[in-house]
Amino acid sequence: MPLTMKKLAEIFTNREIGITQGHRMCPGCAAPMTVKMVLMTAKALGYEPIIGFATGCMEVSSTIFPYTSWSVPYIHNAFENVAATISGVETAYRALKKAGKIPPDKKYAFIAFGGDGGTYDIGLQALSGAIERGHKMLYVLYDNEGYMNTGNQRSGSTPPGADTTTAPVGKVVPGKLQLKKNIVEIVAGHEYVYAATVTPGEPMDFINKIEKALQFDGPAFIASLSPCVRYWRVDDDKAVDITKLAVQTKYWPLYEVDRGVYRVTRKPASFKPVADFIKIQGRFRLLLQRSDAEQILNELQQYVDRRWERLLAFEEATKDKPIR
Amino acid sequence: MASKKVLAITGAEAAAYAMKQIEPDVVAAYPITPQTPIVEYFAKYVADGEVRTEMIPVESEHSAMSAVVGAAAAGARAMTATSAQGLALMHEIVYIAASMRLPIVMGVVNRALSAPINIHCDHSDAMSERDSGWIQLFCEDVQEVYDLTILAVKLAEHEDVRLPVMVNQDGFILSHGVEPVEVLPDEVVKKFVGSYKPIYPLLDTDHPVTYGALDLYDYYFEHKRQQIEAMKNVYRIFPLVAEEFYKISGRRYNYVEPYKMENAEFVIVALGSSNGTIKDVVDELRSEGKKVGLLKIWMFRPFPKAEIQRYLTARKAVVVLDRAASFGAEAPLYEAVKSALYEVAVRPLMGSFVYGLGGRDLKPEHVRYAFERAMALDLVADREEYLGLRE
Repeated sequence: MPLTMKKLAEIFTNREIGITQGHRMCPGCAAPMTVKMVLMTAKALGYEPIIGFATGCMEVSSTIFPYTSWSVPYIHNAFENVAATISGVETAYRALKKAGKIPPDKKYAFIAFGGDGGTYDIGLQALSGAIERGHKMLYVLYDNEGYMNTGNQRSGSTPPGADTTTAPVGKVVPGKLQLKKNIVEIVAGHEYVYAATVTPGEPMDFINKIEKALQFDGPAFIASLSPCVRYWRVDDDKAVDITKLAVQTKYWPLYEVDRGVYRVTRKPASFKPVADFIKIQGRFRLLLQRSDAEQILNELQQYVDRRWERLLAFEEATKDKPIR
Repeated sequence: MASKKVLAITGAEAAAYAMKQIEPDVVAAYPITPQTPIVEYFAKYVADGEVRTEMIPVESEHSAMSAVVGAAAAGARAMTATSAQGLALMHEIVYIAASMRLPIVMGVVNRALSAPINIHCDHSDAMSERDSGWIQLFCEDVQEVYDLTILAVKLAEHEDVRLPVMVNQDGFILSHGVEPVEVLPDEVVKKFVGSYKPIYPLLDTDHPVTYGALDLYDYYFEHKRQQIEAMKNVYRIFPLVAEEFYKISGRRYNYVEPYKMENAEFVIVALGSSNGTIKDVVDELRSEGKKVGLLKIWMFRPFPKAEIQRYLTARKAVVVLDRAASFGAEAPLYEAVKSALYEVAVRPLMGSFVYGLGGRDLKPEHVRYAFERAMALDLVADREEYLGLRE
């Protein structure tokens, strides 16, 4: 029987999820939700999760010595190397299994978590190397579109026009100028990989993709849109709603790329304008005050429309045609 | 004592051969001149099924050290090797490996750091890691590369140590020079290193642990103190491990090797392959009736202060040869030796000579010149001088 939210809730009524309460994440943050859903899915499927974490919000606020929020094995090494670290852990597992030092029936899940800074930017090389080498690991990106741990600096994932402390909206420069890097395409370009987008606002889609990722015989990558309510300047209870809106406005399409085969997993019957996603967030407030705000929003709308069309075209073109 | 088998091999092959006999669970490495042949030899052993080691051909040295940290934390015996820029790229994780108390053994093929880019030997790479919390061993010849690589595993993994070890060999001079090496039988090495008993492995899911927690001002200092104490334990444990190694090999290692130090009045102190050249010059000068000697340093970290003091007190003059500079300060080995001798009852006259940067040869006449300056008592403790430099 496939996993459902109800089933997960039943399973974990009297069972540890792997991360406990008491961490110091901000109220309303979506990252713990992403972590919980990944852990619950893995455990419900009988995996023993081994967690690697890149330096970032979730890392610093879940392991303040002498406390730890983790009741599953956990390692944080540095900012940029969680993929390499987990690839070492996974390789150790294979070596020790071969040497007969690991119980043969144990089903491990090697899961790396990184924020967008540790994934799109400083950690990209290690991530690419680990995927290229084919480690059986799951890399989960929680994407809050900036360096929130250090106080709202721009990252390679920050969308244009967002106000950040290192790419502020000023008198001359209108905030971040560059587009958000398309991390899923970069990962999918490694070809033998399962890559997908998820949001905590679409839990069933999320769970299904985690299941698929864990069962994939090779590296898997999940990108979860993970609003930072504090620096996106939305109310504490809006993280889930805003991820739903991101999907409904084509800002964050839900899809997967399984060895080159694209599949769009949510196709809303109708879409909302991307401006709906932008206008409710304080980080775009200064952008919206500009005299050319309408034009910028139109350009953004055209961009998300074109990206959506391309996704559908990829889906059609790659149907039943895995690269490897 | 094991039966003797002698191979004519390079330092790189000696390191790889020792690694083959140790047969670690995981090796992660990236090629870099002049370390590359170590990775190549080892990759061939893996490809030919001569070891059961899982090899991770990573995309950078940073990931090599990151992966061995992951593997060691998981519960595997993990090794790597590097040189110069590669070691510099690892730097951040080199500290993390030591601070997590992971007994990783790494071959370092010493090479000059850029810029300008230079592929040849000096010790600037190793010296840049001297405060990283790794035990640092230096080899004079290829035999020592082989021996100390094996010895390092047992030292690193001793329960009172649990610290990573760098086994340094001079780039090209040792790594690419062929020498006869007496190797031990596989089973003797296997028995010596034993099977790795990890402490708090990640893969023990029944006893989950958190590695790499955030440690603020309320605990960090205490954890560093523990690390300092672990390093001090090396002074107690290294002789025990060296004694065990002596039993299987007949070769005795120590913090330092005194060479013709009986009644020596004028002594040179050095690290690495130059000690071979210095020994020759000592022999020559001794045959001329000069009271000269050599104090070779095998272990640079932790620094063998007690031995330095014991061997160098009341000598007439001590010259320290450094294959690395410290910009704006005294050369690293000289600084350490001079500092150790501050406390002795009768301080020798001291001189500092920097030599061999970027692979520049150290010739016997350079060593002879240094001794002559010592014998003439023509040394100024505060003046750094250079051997083999055009000025």
